[in-house]
Amino acid sequence: MTRVAAQPPADGIGANGVTRRAFIRTTAAAGGGLMLGVSTAWGDRGGVGPALATASPVVPETSFSPNVFVHLHTSGEVEIVVARSEMGQGVRTALSAVIADEMEADWSRVRVVQAPGDPAFGDQNTGGSQSIRNHFQRLREAGAVARRMLEQAAADEWSVPVKECVGHNHEVRHEPTGRTLGYGDLAEAAGNLAVPEDVALKTPNEFRYIGRSLDGVDNLAITTGAAVYGADVRLPGMVYAAVARCPVVGGSARSYRAEEALAVPGVIQVVELPAGPTPPGFAALGGVAVVAENTWAAFEGRDALSVDWDYGPNATHDSASYREALQEAVRAAGRDARSEGDVDAAVADAALTHSAEYYMPYLSHASMEPPACVASVTAEGCEIWAPVQDPQLARELAAKMLGRPEESVELHVTFLGGAFGRKSKPDFVLEAVSISRQLERPVNLTWTREDDLRHDFYHPLSVQRIEAALDGSGRTTGWLHRTAFPSISATFEADIDRPTDGELSLGCTTVPFDVPNLRCEACPAPAHTRIGWLRSVSNIHHSFAIGAFADELAALTGRDPKDYLLELIGPGRVIDIWEGAENAYGVDKSALPYDTGRLRGVVEVAAREAGWGRSLPAGRGLGIAAHYCFVTYVGTVAEVSVTDGALRIHRIDTAVDCGLVVNPDRVRAQLEGAVVFGLSLALNGDITMKDGRVEQRNFHDYPILRIDALPEIHVHIVESDELPTGVGEPGVPPVAPAVANAVFAATGQRIRDLPIDLTAT
Amino acid sequence: MAKVTVTINGERRDVEAPPEMPILWVLRDVLGLTGAKFGCGMALCGSCTVLLDGEAIRACIKPISSAAGKSIVTIEGLSDDGSHPLQVAWRELNVPQCGYCMPGQIMNAAALLARNPSPTDAEIDETQRANLCRCGTYPRIREAIKMAADRVTVGSGGGS
Ligand code: FES
Ligand code: FES
Repeated sequence: MTRVAAQPPADGIGANGVTRRAFIRTTAAAGGGLMLGVSTAWGDRGGVGPALATASPVVPETSFSPNVFVHLHTSGEVEIVVARSEMGQGVRTALSAVIADEMEADWSRVRVVQAPGDPAFGDQNTGGSQSIRNHFQRLREAGAVARRMLEQAAADEWSVPVKECVGHNHEVRHEPTGRTLGYGDLAEAAGNLAVPEDVALKTPNEFRYIGRSLDGVDNLAITTGAAVYGADVRLPGMVYAAVARCPVVGGSARSYRAEEALAVPGVIQVVELPAGPTPPGFAALGGVAVVAENTWAAFEGRDALSVDWDYGPNATHDSASYREALQEAVRAAGRDARSEGDVDAAVADAALTHSAEYYMPYLSHASMEPPACVASVTAEGCEIWAPVQDPQLARELAAKMLGRPEESVELHVTFLGGAFGRKSKPDFVLEAVSISRQLERPVNLTWTREDDLRHDFYHPLSVQRIEAALDGSGRTTGWLHRTAFPSISATFEADIDRPTDGELSLGCTTVPFDVPNLRCEACPAPAHTRIGWLRSVSNIHHSFAIGAFADELAALTGRDPKDYLLELIGPGRVIDIWEGAENAYGVDKSALPYDTGRLRGVVEVAAREAGWGRSLPAGRGLGIAAHYCFVTYVGTVAEVSVTDGALRIHRIDTAVDCGLVVNPDRVRAQLEGAVVFGLSLALNGDITMKDGRVEQRNFHDYPILRIDALPEIHVHIVESDELPTGVGEPGVPPVAPAVANAVFAATGQRIRDLPIDLTAT
Repeated sequence: MAKVTVTINGERRDVEAPPEMPILWVLRDVLGLTGAKFGCGMALCGSCTVLLDGEAIRACIKPISSAAGKSIVTIEGLSDDGSHPLQVAWRELNVPQCGYCMPGQIMNAAALLARNPSPTDAEIDETQRANLCRCGTYPRIREAIKMAADRVTVGSGGGS
């Protein structure tokens, strides 16, 4: 086996003087063996940026807080403690595979253990498609350190030079003699060694798990029904709860008649939850909780309960008239968020100008598992089981609400039955804690689907207007993009009346087009409901408008849409899209510069694989779009047909460049899922509000894609040696514009509003 | 409160529950079988799917009284050790993402294979359209059902 000396990792370790021994240490292991603590956040300057993270703190370099643990037991079992939440993205498998690979551990002997929510694990907020991106290099080094220590232990045992000893597939082999010692037998001795400073990392062709498709570590638990989600926890003496919340955000209960709920068989008690603050933040909304012997009785009791609500200041919110207000807003100048050249002059000098407005409604996450939580508050402590993306935040806020030290709150992260950003907000956890405190017994709180759709942190309703100036040859010389939508920040701060620069940097101000005069403006849109992160965040609507508008320009100039898109992107080059913009993904620009060549690459691959340019029967069409977000490049081609007014999606080709791929099968799965998610929002997603209330109830009026509407999906992974980047979110944004453009190709009808409604005029 | 006698995963049980209580909540909250999931409560998502005398039902709306004297099979009872051909295929093709919909998807497919050991794509879609997956694992669900169908022998598809 050939080895190369470890390069200083590209995320700046070494460069900033942080040595390996500073982020990997041996720690005492219960039951003996070799235990390594790894701090993947050590010396971090970023993590995900403030626009996305819930204020993810910069980890101080003064304290060593390992957030990943590798424990090799004397039995040979390897336990890897993972502090990221699993929500279907395969993070438990991927992070462990990286360590196991460099360690040369046998995958079948690796067990993954979920870390509790605790600041000791560093930033645990799972979002922003960042887990692999931020952890990759240090996890590799941790694995390599473990292997090196095992090799050293074997060398000591045999009294031979360590360079003759090679760790391979769970044993160390003495090359000259062929003697071997199992990892388990070496664990104890290795655990007493110092962490070596120089370790060799594998070359990519030596990887055994990285880059291979590994089975998910949780497949057996999931397929046998043993996997435990939020509502699956069972405790002695546990009761079940449902909460009646004010249908309007900012409202509160004036009075209620508990006896109505208590009359329902199985209902035990009715308790009040104090009204939430304004702005709502992560707090529980407040309301009235019905507690019962089982979930069904709690639901029935809650339905029987009548509450007299004070609906508060948002009771007039109406999404239809709000849309009109935002349309007005984007027809006037907003606040400049990026300005280059002179757009007004470009428009004045243009041979041709074109403008269009795009609309997207509110969207709900609608993960299959609605919010659910089990909490047990006692006089001494508080124990929580919850499907949360940000366990530390949940723990911190629970402690704050209880007025107790954080150490007294223990938070267990269950499986997340889908999250998509919803479960980074722990309001439902706080509800369960509040009820349990009042009852002094364990409480299992389940939200109904109606609760979930009506009390979400919504993806914002948006209106955008793009205007372009074109010269005589059809080249775009000016680009003015105005965007209006209520900001996520408004959920947390009063006086935020429009999208923030951080939100604009998600696809709007970071548009990579080679246009000399370019301006992006944020237009007013005060919030009237809770706004939150949804899988790829504002990239969704920005990608829709930009992708659809690029197609309009192509049609206007008689050019092929793919060619025109490539012309807009311009020649392959490294550009600083973050100049003047908030660096929303916290990306190290030198390690991961924005490369338009990679964006061009995914456009070309998607087009080629989809057979771009082939002739199609009448009523069928191909559409293309591409987008960069979370440091990953995705290009998508959709093939659709419209027959008698019925739209059918036949095929989606999606090409992804996410650097070095750790688990190709999981990347494929994430991209397939993103396509389905993107199709759901393109075809169906529509949350409307009237009198401040959400009008939709359940999957009949908030439909998501079913299997019989599934197109053929082809995922194409671009081979790359760049640092690996996330894939959970970036597949979503290009889907809707690709489909909208395909509809135009098929029918000549422009789609500027989502969800797509072919009967709309 | 009434006593209903049902066979659950092969075991005869006398269940104390109001007759109109949906099977899902009897399974989950009375018997502690949490494999079947709650997703909508309106027979719209299929997360709660279990077998009632071999037929796939939405347990969130079916009252326990309708199961009197009958046999219920849940994901926990589909096989002893996860060896049902559907469970095996599901793992081989890495179908699960978050996994929440999977017990329902598998139970629904189990009923399909029991009555139609070699379903076409259209038949798979027609049956599985009852089950939503927000993670979008549909392409693999189709493949896994076909893989299991190729291996399944008549008689084991019902799982009981
Ligand atoms: S929970 Fe029964 S079908 Fe959705
Ligand atoms: S795997 Fe997550 S809902 Fe289906």
